[in-house]
Amino acid sequence: MSTNDDNFLRTGRRDFIKKAGLATLGLVIGIDSFAKIRNISGQNGTEDNFEINPFILIGIDNTITIINPRNDMGQGTIHSVPAMIAEELEVSLTQIKVIQSDGQSKYGAQTSGNSSSIRRLWLPLRKAGAATKEMLIKAAARRWNVSESECYARGARVFKKGSDASLPYGELAEEASKLEVPTDPVLKNPADFNIIGKDIKRAEIPPRTTGKAIYGMDIDVAGMVYASILHSPMIFGKIVAIEEGDALKIPGVLQVVKCERKMIHRDAESIAVIATNWWAAFKGRNALKVQWDNSNLSEALDTDDYFKRCYAQVKVEGINHHETGDFNRKFNTATSRLECTYETPFLSHAPIEPENTTAHVKDDGSVEIWAPIQGPGETLPDVANYLGVPVEKIKIHTILMGGSFGRKAYIDFVKEACFLSRKLKVPVKVIWTREDDISQGPYRPGLLSHMQGFMEDGKITGFHHHIIGESILRQVFKGLPDDEADPWMGEELRDNTLYEFKTSRKVSWTNVKTEIPIMWWRSVNASNLAWGQECFFDELAHLAGKDPLVARLELLEDERFKKVLKTLAEKSDYHTMAAPGMGKGVAIFKAFGTICACCVVVSTNNGGVKIDKVVSVIDCGMYVSADTVRAQTEGNIVMGLSAAIKGGIVFKSGVCQQSNYNNYHVLRMNEMPAVEVFIIENGEAPGGVGEAGLPPVAPALGNAIFAACGIRLRNLPIDITTLIKG
Amino acid sequence: MNKYSITVNHKLYEVEAEPDVPLLWILRDYLGLKGTKFGCGIAACGACTVHLNSNPVRSCQLRISTLPASAKITTIEGIGADVPHPIQEAWIELQVPQCGYCQSGQIMSAVALLAKKPLPSDKDIDAALVGNLCRCGTYDRIRKAIHLAAENPK
Repeated sequence: MSTNDDNFLRTGRRDFIKKAGLATLGLVIGIDSFAKIRNISGQNGTEDNFEINPFILIGIDNTITIINPRNDMGQGTIHSVPAMIAEELEVSLTQIKVIQSDGQSKYGAQTSGNSSSIRRLWLPLRKAGAATKEMLIKAAARRWNVSESECYARGARVFKKGSDASLPYGELAEEASKLEVPTDPVLKNPADFNIIGKDIKRAEIPPRTTGKAIYGMDIDVAGMVYASILHSPMIFGKIVAIEEGDALKIPGVLQVVKCERKMIHRDAESIAVIATNWWAAFKGRNALKVQWDNSNLSEALDTDDYFKRCYAQVKVEGINHHETGDFNRKFNTATSRLECTYETPFLSHAPIEPENTTAHVKDDGSVEIWAPIQGPGETLPDVANYLGVPVEKIKIHTILMGGSFGRKAYIDFVKEACFLSRKLKVPVKVIWTREDDISQGPYRPGLLSHMQGFMEDGKITGFHHHIIGESILRQVFKGLPDDEADPWMGEELRDNTLYEFKTSRKVSWTNVKTEIPIMWWRSVNASNLAWGQECFFDELAHLAGKDPLVARLELLEDERFKKVLKTLAEKSDYHTMAAPGMGKGVAIFKAFGTICACCVVVSTNNGGVKIDKVVSVIDCGMYVSADTVRAQTEGNIVMGLSAAIKGGIVFKSGVCQQSNYNNYHVLRMNEMPAVEVFIIENGEAPGGVGEAGLPPVAPALGNAIFAACGIRLRNLPIDITTLIKG
Repeated sequence: MNKYSITVNHKLYEVEAEPDVPLLWILRDYLGLKGTKFGCGIAACGACTVHLNSNPVRSCQLRISTLPASAKITTIEGIGADVPHPIQEAWIELQVPQCGYCQSGQIMSAVALLAKKPLPSDKDIDAALVGNLCRCGTYDRIRKAIHLAAENPK
């Protein structure tokens, strides 16, 4: 990898231009005022509470460099984020060079997460591109002594209308750089888009077919040593004694050092084996004999105990997040009502690339870090604080992630590399094993959804979702007082569940705490909450004697929801009678500004079911790449199915019972059903696509199983091979 | 430390290593061929798949000392080095990779499959690719891309 390119990010644009050997200043543009962005975004329904600084560099040598502030983990941001700038700048994607941002605050929010990259940057980045283009046109107009309306831009050149005259951007860059940044650049009409909304083959794909793409795992730094770290089997065990003799005898092993794992809610102790190559470090780590003090951990880290404490809260009134009408009064007197509890397990992200980081804490006090992380912007101040080094002294190389799904937004592994390099004074590459990844967490939290509902005159008119369990906001972000309902989960349901329950709707919350580390997992709480909501709706529909899809349409007034469901019915051939032994199930959920509905088709198969087909319909508003929307939705179907039918994470007496892909299973090729994805085309503000396809998958499957064999499943994961007992 | 000579992508390498070092780490840390990936270390994910005499194998399980001197290893760097392999072309045509981390292994398994079965059935694909995990969920496109490559051989 070329680290020189990143100097731009470290030293600022003027230094970069000097270092790049450019004779004079080119044009650098960013959106330099939050207020300007705000004015536009307010009218368009997106929220942007960040500032964006230099994102576009046009060199006088005609190089066009665009900064990508959202690191790629397979969701396609390395293409789709620069594409928004390129569209308005009137340059083709083959004319630009993309550089990944390094966490410095001038690049604003830089976390790939919350499915936010397109929806949050949609207007600010397009505006940055449009403003730059206007300045280049103005510079050309002055050169030709014509009005700006006599000029237009295309393909990184400004043309003079009605003549052969044209100038490349690079030739205009110096003059343009002296102009005022227009405060209100005109954005293109979507009908004129050449890049946004078009299926353009992505430039990052070919190197991902030849082994040439560089992941964090592939970083090589001169003089580096490797570390394999033994974490406590009970995560928070304290070291009592270490026998390191056998480890030190292994050829290549250099040293055994105590290490620390900084987790957000609690620190953990560990022991690192340092070696000249990773295999030796790994063997050394396995040769360590460590005595741990595991006091109080066998109770604290136990999923059975956690769920028992959750179930104990089912009959206890929670803290209300929101309520219309008086749910309890109506429920208690309703003649047609239902009550049941749904369970979702803890899950590991298990990206195929295990956690890794290379760090160099140097003698001169500066720090260099190469890390596959979701959030360089949050990592930089966090690491600076941890090391006691000013942010200006730290250079983060934000490296492509080999999958993440939320895991690499949690940077315990980055700090381990920093800790070890500070101690050893050389570059250290930390590579976790798969066992570290799966048995050390953090995890998606397991939750209960205790559901209550009632009907009046054959219509579902009362719906109560009582969420019980641990909160990411509380444990990870320390932002939830004991007497408050989790606002993330509460708002998720308040704002996104659009069924019109006429008499009462209520969402309540009971916090059951755990020390098991938790974190965002693809689609966050929506992956838990959709299971209870959409299966329970199905149960109520059956109780009312109605088709579950028709019952949903009856209670939906939102036109976009209705269109998604009707499209799903059509595309999945939903209303055609299923053959005997087959079943179709549907679910719909909105998350991250995007509505996704899913139809799963199953057939009974030797006492279980086989998943034959999954059809998803997604309304994400406007998008940059249709193919990426389809790819992300396909990926969400696969991950949603893994979450539904493969084992969850179980802690027993302090120890995680899963350790690798041989006992933490994910879907494989031979289990892959046929999939079809359909996108609703409209001009609505963009929604997120990286996660929204996941929540409806599991409930659609649960509902399909009920349709096929009359078995109502309320606890995930489901073993679909043995559904029918005896 | 012992000395071993191995042939990788038609090139002969001499390496000095402990006898139990897996081929995966020889390739990555000794030869600098980083296209072959570490995913699980127990042959459960397939990210480290390479060809040993044209057969797909999990390089995390092959100790350097157990490789015969005649062994011919092919890694992802040896696929399409001059002109892209039909599998790689199909992968690009259908935009198969998401994060791409598992794709070296997927492609090695797919290339080996096509070499043995030029027109594989879905069942053949299931059997050949069952050991290659993709957490991003690209299985459907992998299947379609293998069929596409089979229809467009070179």
